[in-house]
Amino acid sequence: MKETPLSNCERRFLLRAIEEKKRLDGRQTYDYRNIKISFGTDYGCCTVELGKTRVLGQVSCELVSPKLNRATEGILFFNLELSQMAAPAFEPGRQSDLLVKLNRLLERCLRNSKCIDTESLCVVAGEKVWQIRVDLHLLNHDGNIIDAASIAAIVALCHFRRPDVSVQGDEVTLYTLEERDPVPLSIHHMPICVSFAFFQQGTYLLVDPNEREERVMDGLLVIAMNKHREICTIQSSGGIMLLKDQVLRCSKIAGVKVAEITELIQKALANDQKVRKEGGKFGFAESIANQRITAFRMEKAPIDTSDVEEKAEEIISEAEPPSEVVSKPVLWTPGTAQIGEGIENSWGDLEDSEKEDEDEGGSDEAIILDSIKMDTGEVSNIGSQDAPIVLSDSEEEEMIILEPDKNPKKIRTQTISATQVKAPSKKPVKKRKKKRAAN
Amino acid sequence: MAEAAAVVAESLAGYRARAARAVLEQVVLPGEELLLPGQEDGEGPGSAGERPLRLNAGARSGGRVVCGPGLRRCGDRLLVTKCGRLRHKEPGSGNGGGVYWVDSQQKRYVPVKGDHVIGIVTAKSGDIFKVDVGGSEPASLSYLSFEGATKRNRPNVQVGDLIYGQFVVANKDMEPEMVCIDSCGRANGMGVIGQDGLLFKVTLGLIRRLLAPDCEILQEVGKLYPLEIVFGMNGRIWVKAKTIQQTLILANILEACEHMTADQRKQIFSRLAES
Repeated sequence: MKETPLSNCERRFLLRAIEEKKRLDGRQTYDYRNIKISFGTDYGCCTVELGKTRVLGQVSCELVSPKLNRATEGILFFNLELSQMAAPAFEPGRQSDLLVKLNRLLERCLRNSKCIDTESLCVVAGEKVWQIRVDLHLLNHDGNIIDAASIAAIVALCHFRRPDVSVQGDEVTLYTLEERDPVPLSIHHMPICVSFAFFQQGTYLLVDPNEREERVMDGLLVIAMNKHREICTIQSSGGIMLLKDQVLRCSKIAGVKVAEITELIQKALANDQKVRKEGGKFGFAESIANQRITAFRMEKAPIDTSDVEEKAEEIISEAEPPSEVVSKPVLWTPGTAQIGEGIENSWGDLEDSEKEDEDEGGSDEAIILDSIKMDTGEVSNIGSQDAPIVLSDSEEEEMIILEPDKNPKKIRTQTISATQVKAPSKKPVKKRKKKRAAN
Repeated sequence: MAEAAAVVAESLAGYRARAARAVLEQVVLPGEELLLPGQEDGEGPGSAGERPLRLNAGARSGGRVVCGPGLRRCGDRLLVTKCGRLRHKEPGSGNGGGVYWVDSQQKRYVPVKGDHVIGIVTAKSGDIFKVDVGGSEPASLSYLSFEGATKRNRPNVQVGDLIYGQFVVANKDMEPEMVCIDSCGRANGMGVIGQDGLLFKVTLGLIRRLLAPDCEILQEVGKLYPLEIVFGMNGRIWVKAKTIQQTLILANILEACEHMTADQRKQIFSRLAES
């Protein structure tokens, strides 16, 4: 689907509101939306909600052989995907620009900053190293994907535990999760991206832009920083001219914000660890609150269940037993059997053409029988094939009846005659062979 | 054959179809079958299969029953196609059996003929405007469908403007067409919506609630500030008040009304009225 276009009055309103220092949801200029972090049952699975923007992160690991020029370092792999449920405009083929931009920014933020110690991921130099893969999925797009994605990535990495490995001489033992507790990754610092949106050629600045604000902004500045006030990555897009002191101011704001967010992350991780240690319930089902639509809430009606059992028995005793299903298969020829009866074919034309095929087939040579498709209610007992079957006004005097085992042919003529009775007006009786042309 | 199919359907479903009257205001799920009032006699417990088939629709008590959104006629019963609460409205003039429909919650709009919607003009091509209404296709709006428009006197519509109009053609096989003029040729409130103000999106159920007669929310909102407001059945609301702050407050209140109970709402309104 195409993106909903932004109307002129919305754009005007947003810009005027920003000039008056008002945001749509009542935030201040430097305020972040509510950040909620929740963890899944597996280690390394987390969901981050930045307002309504939602990102799911999952970390997994695998033993592989290292790159040739980096024989003692593990491999990191980051992947962000924009799911189609995030916004109607995200379609499988159409997101390439935004996707590439976000992926590159994420890689620079996490890989080039060396926040993860890749040397510690080495198991046997030159042969086996850990490959850590971080998959991020955007579940809902309400602005500022990059911030939410970077938080999700670093939280998932901090939460993840890899299986323990021990090396003794030439022997490498990989312990399963039951044998030894898994080991966390060694993370030096936590880089987090902070986005600044600029409006009116850099005059006005907003932190953590909403989706609407992103549509009317002139340019975007992303600063990735950790809590030690080290800038890991800085990127300016949109082509606006920024002054030096503007960038410095933004970096100061980013420092404050990153400190707050890092504290939040530490608290969330500590909480989760505590719950797991105490044996309490953890996982998404516990942490994501139910969202109810109160407009359709019904009052609970007390149900009297005391006489349910008697009522059920009443109903069962009065109901008819279900009709018995004939389940004995009938063997026509070796390799061909029929189970049950089909429903009558209600297509008039098909009856005619089928009969014609059967005619021609019957008068010429030995018949290869398919399972019988047409059967009517009148032909009820296939089981009694040995009873003599009367051929009523059948036109097929010339038809040769072959009997491999039982008398299948008689059944077929019976069905033919039965259907013939059913549709007498459909075709003139004499001109059988030409009825296709007549019809 | 219809009888046999009906019997098969009953035994496959594993339960008996319920009377529509008994299920009013309760949640129904897609796939349920409901009986209209005229058919309830033969449905005592255990009479599976012996029900006489009523083919004569006119002899039913209550006359003609209209089935509204979320319901479909299936044989001589109503089949539920959307989940929600079943509602019924008695006929005003006495004939007919009234209207049954399912009140469901939805955000995605599907164009329906006769609906008044707010659209955004996306393109001008020759004689028609392409207007985005939130459906799968943009609707087309001819420049002659405005009040007082002639070939020489074209309406002043730019790309990105907001239009309030109604659908004259809206089905699943053709692109929808809308007009800003009613059947007498008068605008009747439709046309280009003014320049300022804020457009925001809510669910379709909230719009229907707000547009119901005697809507409390609207009365309370009207007491707060003087305002202009336009509701589109496609979930879009345009609101304009004297200052930007007031407009923002109104927009946030209307969006939040979706999930608030009446008491919470009254609290918020009283707090706003004080400040």
